[in-house]
Amino acid sequence: MEDVIIGLEVHVQLNRLKSKMFCGCSTAYHNSPPNSHTCPVCLGLPGSLPVINKKAVEYGIKVGLALNCKIEEETFFYRKNYYYPDLPKGFQISQYDYPLATNGHIMILGDDGAERNIRINRAHMEEDPGRLVHAGTIDKAKYTMVDYNRCGMPLLEVVTEPDLTSPKEARAFLDKLKSILEYLDVFDGSLEGSMRVDANISLKGGDRSEVKNISGFKGVEKALSYEITRQKNLKRRNIKVVQETRHFDEIRNVTVSIRSKVGAHDYRYFPEADLAVLRIASWVPAIKSTLPELPDAKRERFVAQYSLADDHAKSLTSEIKLANFYETVAKTASPKLAAVWIADVLKGELNYRDLSIESFRAEHMTEIVQMLDNSQITEDGAVQIIRALLDKKGDSTSKIVTALGLGKAEDDAVQKAVQEAVAESAAAVADYRAGSERALNFIVGMVMKKTRGKADAGEVHRLVKAEVERV
Amino acid sequence: MITREDVEHISWLASIKIEDEEKDKLVEQFNSILEYFHQLDEVDTENVQPTYRVVDLANIFREDEAFPSISLDQALQNAPRREDGYFKSPRIV
Amino acid sequence: MLAELRNRLRAESCEEHLLQLFERIEKSELNGFTTLARESALEGARQFDKNPGKGLLAGVPIAIKECISTKGIETNCSSRILRGYIPPYDAHVIERLKAEGAIIMGKTNMDEFAMGTSTETSCFGPTRNPWDKEYVPGGSSGGSAAVVAGGEAPCALGSDTGGSVRCPASFCGIVGLKPTYGLVSRYGLVAYANSLEQIGPLTHTVEDTALLMDVISGHDRRDSTSAEGERHSYLPGLHDGVAGLKIGIPREYFGEGVNKDVEKAVWDGIHTLDALGATWQEVSLPHTRYALAAYYVIAMSEASSNLARFDGLRYGLREGEDKDWHTTFSAIRAQGFGPEVKRRIILGTYALSAGYYGRYYLKALKVRTLIKEDFLRAFKDVDILASPTMPIPAFKIGERINDPLSLYMADVFTVPINLAGVPAISVPCGFSGRLPIGLQLMGPHFGESKVLRASAAFETATAFHEAKPEVI
Repeated sequence: MEDVIIGLEVHVQLNRLKSKMFCGCSTAYHNSPPNSHTCPVCLGLPGSLPVINKKAVEYGIKVGLALNCKIEEETFFYRKNYYYPDLPKGFQISQYDYPLATNGHIMILGDDGAERNIRINRAHMEEDPGRLVHAGTIDKAKYTMVDYNRCGMPLLEVVTEPDLTSPKEARAFLDKLKSILEYLDVFDGSLEGSMRVDANISLKGGDRSEVKNISGFKGVEKALSYEITRQKNLKRRNIKVVQETRHFDEIRNVTVSIRSKVGAHDYRYFPEADLAVLRIASWVPAIKSTLPELPDAKRERFVAQYSLADDHAKSLTSEIKLANFYETVAKTASPKLAAVWIADVLKGELNYRDLSIESFRAEHMTEIVQMLDNSQITEDGAVQIIRALLDKKGDSTSKIVTALGLGKAEDDAVQKAVQEAVAESAAAVADYRAGSERALNFIVGMVMKKTRGKADAGEVHRLVKAEVERV
Repeated sequence: MITREDVEHISWLASIKIEDEEKDKLVEQFNSILEYFHQLDEVDTENVQPTYRVVDLANIFREDEAFPSISLDQALQNAPRREDGYFKSPRIV
Repeated sequence: MLAELRNRLRAESCEEHLLQLFERIEKSELNGFTTLARESALEGARQFDKNPGKGLLAGVPIAIKECISTKGIETNCSSRILRGYIPPYDAHVIERLKAEGAIIMGKTNMDEFAMGTSTETSCFGPTRNPWDKEYVPGGSSGGSAAVVAGGEAPCALGSDTGGSVRCPASFCGIVGLKPTYGLVSRYGLVAYANSLEQIGPLTHTVEDTALLMDVISGHDRRDSTSAEGERHSYLPGLHDGVAGLKIGIPREYFGEGVNKDVEKAVWDGIHTLDALGATWQEVSLPHTRYALAAYYVIAMSEASSNLARFDGLRYGLREGEDKDWHTTFSAIRAQGFGPEVKRRIILGTYALSAGYYGRYYLKALKVRTLIKEDFLRAFKDVDILASPTMPIPAFKIGERINDPLSLYMADVFTVPINLAGVPAISVPCGFSGRLPIGLQLMGPHFGESKVLRASAAFETATAFHEAKPEVI
């Protein structure tokens, strides 16, 4: 296995803000006609001037603190000068020296199953460029269309050290970052283009390539896998990897070189004199005090407070909404049982339907867990109730139980069915006595048929075994 | 000394096409202007902070409030080339 | 004069007055106006005639430099690359003027993107000096100065990045003020060098300048460099005189390179102020000789970034068939910008580029600190400073245009003020032959009141502002 070295630059839209980074245009541009969310400032019209969104800075500090970064006492904006059609001023207002936050780290689950510390180099504020729509693919299009609705969206660029060793780890990092951002309520990952990634990839000892502007976590995994394979193939053929910028073609799942001139990346950073400096040291304590419990802390608490298995706690805390859902249920139902049913069953059913936790009501889950706990329904029955609710075949757990006849059979009815089944299965009983444990399954099946599935299969197995041994 | 190659590279960076016949004249003009600039080398600026902003202001913000954008017509009215509500740009590659 | 005009217009017809001005402009050879907003101006005049309102500038026509954004009126910075651009918004100063009832007459010629001292680099051709049509009006706000001096507009706004209000005021024999950086909002001023420039008035009298400052100065939330605090009025106390005022004479602003007529007129001016009760003493601004180089490095660097947005995609020039984006943008910018603008953008790009940033841009900003400190030190001892605005009177059209460096040298006394961010005014103080000479009075940050008070005292005691060129 060759050593793979990956570093990420993650562009996070602080899309829980109401207005853009430097102007009053609304951030709610999704599903709007192109260029309908623009003004002289974000269109870069001659004479317009930027004014900093105060809350964007507060959000940036929040994220910096959550990523265990040091917050700079005095920070300011620079101009990053380059030409591109999505950049209306011919420069991007960004940060350079003295960025908002530096030297942080977060923990992720590494490929080997162990926790790994991923260092954060910096997190800095900037404005999003517009969106290019190519007539066809980027390398074949005759022209390009530009929509500046996205232009000026508040961005936080989170830059990692090259600490990641595989596409899977890159994915784990992004999942964790997204989770933290949503915990902080500064980010909504469900919106298109809300998180875009530039990835630097190299094989140990080789030059790196940079794949720009990958959207979607699956895209990142695919682009990185492709790029690693490409670099390995080059290496096998003794061809040097060229240090270059590449574009990920989501349709063909390949990276393509964006031909760029040597020395083209001279961004001529210099301080943006249209904006005042930010002296924010005094803000930090207050913002720190508002930080919510973050995923790792919540997970530890879940393990301690509810005696959960670590993987259940991890699963339940991966999303703030899921964690809140769990805690609502665990308030009045068995916390351990709730964890199993939410993490193992409900999450799977939601994923299968591509639904979020918001599609399921916590009181329904509470009722289901309580019924299970009181042996009023079987595990199979619980699954059927969850599916019925998700598939909108009912909106009351008790009505679904009645309608589908899922109420657990009375104990004596089960006992009667067990006795009958054992009496009717002389051959199976003989097989069992001859040493075939599996023969019991036949009898269990008969019992289940007799009780029309209302019996608990595990319980039936125990009763059948006892009956056979008694007879 | 600025060279012909420098002028070619910088004008590329500045996104301004320079014709071959202009280059020598520009090299000459630039060098005479830069030579004038070099008198700044005489000034001792050890321990002098640069003045990025002549009036020292800090923490100038706006609140996070959304205001109506300009109309689509206004946004596009000056675009020399447009299509379906988009600005039409030359191709990327 | 403006107050008088305001009252006269109430008695007479504003529409008539405007029609006369437009007729004069039609016949004019000055080439001061580039765009006339005839319809909207006449409509405004008719409104005024019906209901004059109470605005400080109710009914007063005003000319606006091409680089100040005017909603619905072409704003092109006298550059081919911006021809046809109609802004969807008004600059802050335009909003203020309209709120006080002023009538926007149209836009005035300038050096392309304000880069010049002569108004010769305009895509509309040079503006002529009303005192002698063979001579430049100064620049870059040459159009604004010429139309005021030539009687085509009662007042105008210009912008001053390195002397662009004061130089043409001096060359055209009128009053021009560069306010303290941050006093007037730059929102809507098309940027050339954003850390240096301010919008300023060009008028016949000091009182008119004070009146315009009352209208256009004050805090604007859309400009983050805009000074905070209450709006200030410059009219009360304007005529309180100069008794006891201490004037510093910076020795670096006299002597070698200064035209004899200019030097004499300025000293006469200083003596006039002395006679009015002010005192003067020599002071030193030791880093003056480095100001020009520092100014040009900073201005060009900022310009290279500020003018990057002109690529023909969202507004402005777009000719020929599109190729790949970089080739297309480079061709548009080559066609759309004139030679001086290209020179400054390319040199500015060089000064900011990897390996040169420290030597040029950063070095210039450090020198800027020293120059600012020179002024701060001087203002500990004196209230204001006095000097020539320009070392020379106006020069002939075409005389210097092919020698960039010699043109830059003319800015030697105006650029230090922009580097320091302090206010400075040019008031008429004499003639060299037929050509006017300007006296520059400089004050500390936000010391406009002192500067204006001294200027008003000087103006009251002299008659230079009453001289009028013979023009049609």
